[in-house]
Amino acid sequence: MKPFTDLYWRLDATTGTNEKVDALREYFAAAPPEDAACAIEVLSGGRQLRAVSTALLREWAAEAAGIPLWLVEECYAHVGDLAETLALVLPHAGADAAAEGVGMGLAECMRTTIVELRAADDEQKRATVEHVWQRLAPRERIVWHKLLTGGCRVGVSRTLVARALAEVAGVDPAVMAHRLMGQPRADAESYRSLMTSEPTEADARRPYPFFLASAIECEPSDLGSVTDWIAEWKWDGMRAQLVRRGADATLWSRGEELVNESFPEIVTAAAMIPAGTVLDGELLAVRDDALLGFAAVSKRSGRRRVPKKLLEEVPCVFVAYDLLEVDGIDIRGLPLAERRTRLESIVPLPFTPGAGPVAADGATVIETAAVTSRLLHSPRVIGDSWECLATARATSRDRGVEGLMLKRRSSPYGVGRVRGDWWKWKIEPLEIDAVLLYAQAGHGRRAGLHSDYTLGVWHEGRLVPVAKAYSGLADTEIVELDRIVRATTLERHGPVRVVQPTQVLQLAFEGISRSTRHKSGVAVRFPRIVRWRREKTPPEAGTLADLMRLIEMSSVDAAADREAVP
Amino acid sequence: MADLLTVTDAGLYCAQGDFYIDPWRRVPRAIITHAHADHARSGCGRYLCAAPGTLVLRSRVGNASPIDSLRHGETLSINGVQVSLHPAGHVLGSAQVRLSHGGTTWVVTGDYKLEADPTCAPFEPVECDVFVTESTFGLPVYRWQDPGTIAAEINAWWRANRDAGRTSVLLAYALGKAQRLAAAVDPSIGPIIGHGAVMKMVEAYRASGVRLPPIDRVPPRARKMGGGRALVIAPPSVAGSRWLGIFGETSVAMASGWMTLRGVRRRRGFDKGFVVSDHADFPGLLTAIAASRARRVLVTHGFTDTLARLLQERGVDASVLPTRFTGEAAPDAAVAGDDDIGDGDQADTREPPEPDELPEEQA
Repeated sequence: MKPFTDLYWRLDATTGTNEKVDALREYFAAAPPEDAACAIEVLSGGRQLRAVSTALLREWAAEAAGIPLWLVEECYAHVGDLAETLALVLPHAGADAAAEGVGMGLAECMRTTIVELRAADDEQKRATVEHVWQRLAPRERIVWHKLLTGGCRVGVSRTLVARALAEVAGVDPAVMAHRLMGQPRADAESYRSLMTSEPTEADARRPYPFFLASAIECEPSDLGSVTDWIAEWKWDGMRAQLVRRGADATLWSRGEELVNESFPEIVTAAAMIPAGTVLDGELLAVRDDALLGFAAVSKRSGRRRVPKKLLEEVPCVFVAYDLLEVDGIDIRGLPLAERRTRLESIVPLPFTPGAGPVAADGATVIETAAVTSRLLHSPRVIGDSWECLATARATSRDRGVEGLMLKRRSSPYGVGRVRGDWWKWKIEPLEIDAVLLYAQAGHGRRAGLHSDYTLGVWHEGRLVPVAKAYSGLADTEIVELDRIVRATTLERHGPVRVVQPTQVLQLAFEGISRSTRHKSGVAVRFPRIVRWRREKTPPEAGTLADLMRLIEMSSVDAAADREAVP
Repeated sequence: MADLLTVTDAGLYCAQGDFYIDPWRRVPRAIITHAHADHARSGCGRYLCAAPGTLVLRSRVGNASPIDSLRHGETLSINGVQVSLHPAGHVLGSAQVRLSHGGTTWVVTGDYKLEADPTCAPFEPVECDVFVTESTFGLPVYRWQDPGTIAAEINAWWRANRDAGRTSVLLAYALGKAQRLAAAVDPSIGPIIGHGAVMKMVEAYRASGVRLPPIDRVPPRARKMGGGRALVIAPPSVAGSRWLGIFGETSVAMASGWMTLRGVRRRRGFDKGFVVSDHADFPGLLTAIAASRARRVLVTHGFTDTLARLLQERGVDASVLPTRFTGEAAPDAAVAGDDDIGDGDQADTREPPEPDELPEEQA
């Protein structure tokens, strides 16, 4: 257990990529296969189950520490991390017991003190938990608590884990990334096959690591000649890979989860393409020729079994924009232009919602076709100058898309987020000035600082809450705002402080729709703070009527409205 | 009968004796528990402090006003109120103020700690009727390790940096903690260098008879110093400043009780955090409160509501004393950099308040 907790804290202590890879490599080089397999699962954020409820843990910790439960809760509100809070309030382990530790490796520790605990009764659970507590120092307890409650997330990307493992195994990082896809079992045997230099049988159904785009940071014209680039719409859906190999098809989310059951119609449609094909694209919800937006797709994606009614209400299509494998051959190294040409021959129909030929001042779509199939390709957006593409991009909101994707014609399909070849050129977000109404202490890095804000706008002379935002301010601004929050607190409800409305923040969001679940009647998507409008006073902030006007401007919402009214 | 102390706009006031304790405004007569900036303001008519702290207080408040002193335990009558000062173990000369009048005894702790500190007299429990205690670290997550263990951690960090050719920069409040750390580390590892603000207090400590290892000063307009071997002790305000540039490659560590929390360590972006405080930890607060045998406890400066509620549940007559010191101390205060608590005599070494010291709102 100790090598893993040491790794956890080494990763926690640095933001340097190389230092993280060093720590990972040293860990994997020394760890027994069984422990290493377990560590990979934890590090890559695999699904973890909670062995003991946090309510019970809090109770037991309070008793062990000889303090009332409310005081544990106060500590939690201050610390912002339950695993850490409990680790710190518990009595310090006796020197002898702590030196002994739990005396087992990560895998055995997880099996005997966590996995097997799930089936145990509360009394057995408590005995095990108290036994472990006595043998761990606070910094080890934190990690164990996180494992125990199923919330162990480590600040390391899958790409870095793959890089370190590739170095240990002596294989190409891309091969390792590929092997890591698709939930390998966490046992010694699967670890050995992961680390082998031979191709493995499980390769058959695996998707490829996703290539990720970055937000563009310059003027598109700085990217060089427009002819070097292929533009596509940036769809508002869920990224996925459709793997058609052998007799069956598998659909994988970017979270590397198999989502066949959530999108049965796509899997059925995949029978139409030849075996040995892998498509990269987007799952989109579309009904009556209108896009329903990301929220609709996510209604589907969470389901293990999709009810018939939902299948009818939220029909989905797979819109492919890349071809990674043809006739069983990995073609990711070919230039994008060639991959696209081949894609368009395998999936000939372009996805063109909104009916009819799409032409926007110099930008035209290659082909048009009604949405008749479940399997389509994302049409190229043609523009012979950056100005033309900018004009096309300006129509994004009306189309229900997020903007344009710019992909270099000559680019191979990479692994992870490699900057330079794929850019997201999103439309400017919707914005409004809103007033800070409530604040709550953040977690993790922002523990103890009031960094989670509820913002409101004016309606009939009163401020109504419209969004919660967690990000966007600089650390120094958060610290400063934290003081204002503390100094202007009117009421406290547990961790939430109601403040005097004195501060105006500029709020940006990606989408807005009517909502019956929100008191204000509107729901905003991806709200975040753009800047602190220190020069503004609350009376100058926006109104609910302003937001309603934004809804009217948004055609995505028009579709959502249709959905809401049967 | 009337309380011996009340909170006024100017600070904690004893009407019977007509004096203030740690006033936050200029008043004719002030008793000072210790010389940290939020407890000792300049410009009062007359000061009274514990004898070992006279020079330190003088260096803080300047030469304009007379400073009277009392030996620890010595009693002075001020307008009929018996006043004595007892060691608080916080920094050199820090004192608890004991007031006795009309058969009632009050003790105001100021800031205090129970751990051993070679640079000041140890905390002395004083029995009283009413105990006014700070509560900076009044949550059970705050429990200090043995000072020897922390010193060993700091030495190990310093040694590893030295072996890698990096200068070790230890950020600590210039009065008290800097001297305590200098006395605790192993000077055989390499040279110790003090920031100007630290050296001012080092001199006051030495002049008061406290033994400290040799500490080098940074000469004006130094271009290069430390040679990758030194331990530099400096106030937290230098973090990220150009001043650090003269030391070449550095590893920067912060010494503060707030370093207990992972979130604070990460947020501040230091290479290392050492959990060292000159305040009592949670068990220390409870120990001191019990040792006072007070029938009434007034909680100030820190996690006041929480500690008062816990004491009430345990059958103690406890309440919050709403002073300017009240509130959650802000761990990030030094980062915000907008707290000037008036150490104005040397702009280039202006110290921000130590996080430990910082009340929620400054006047």
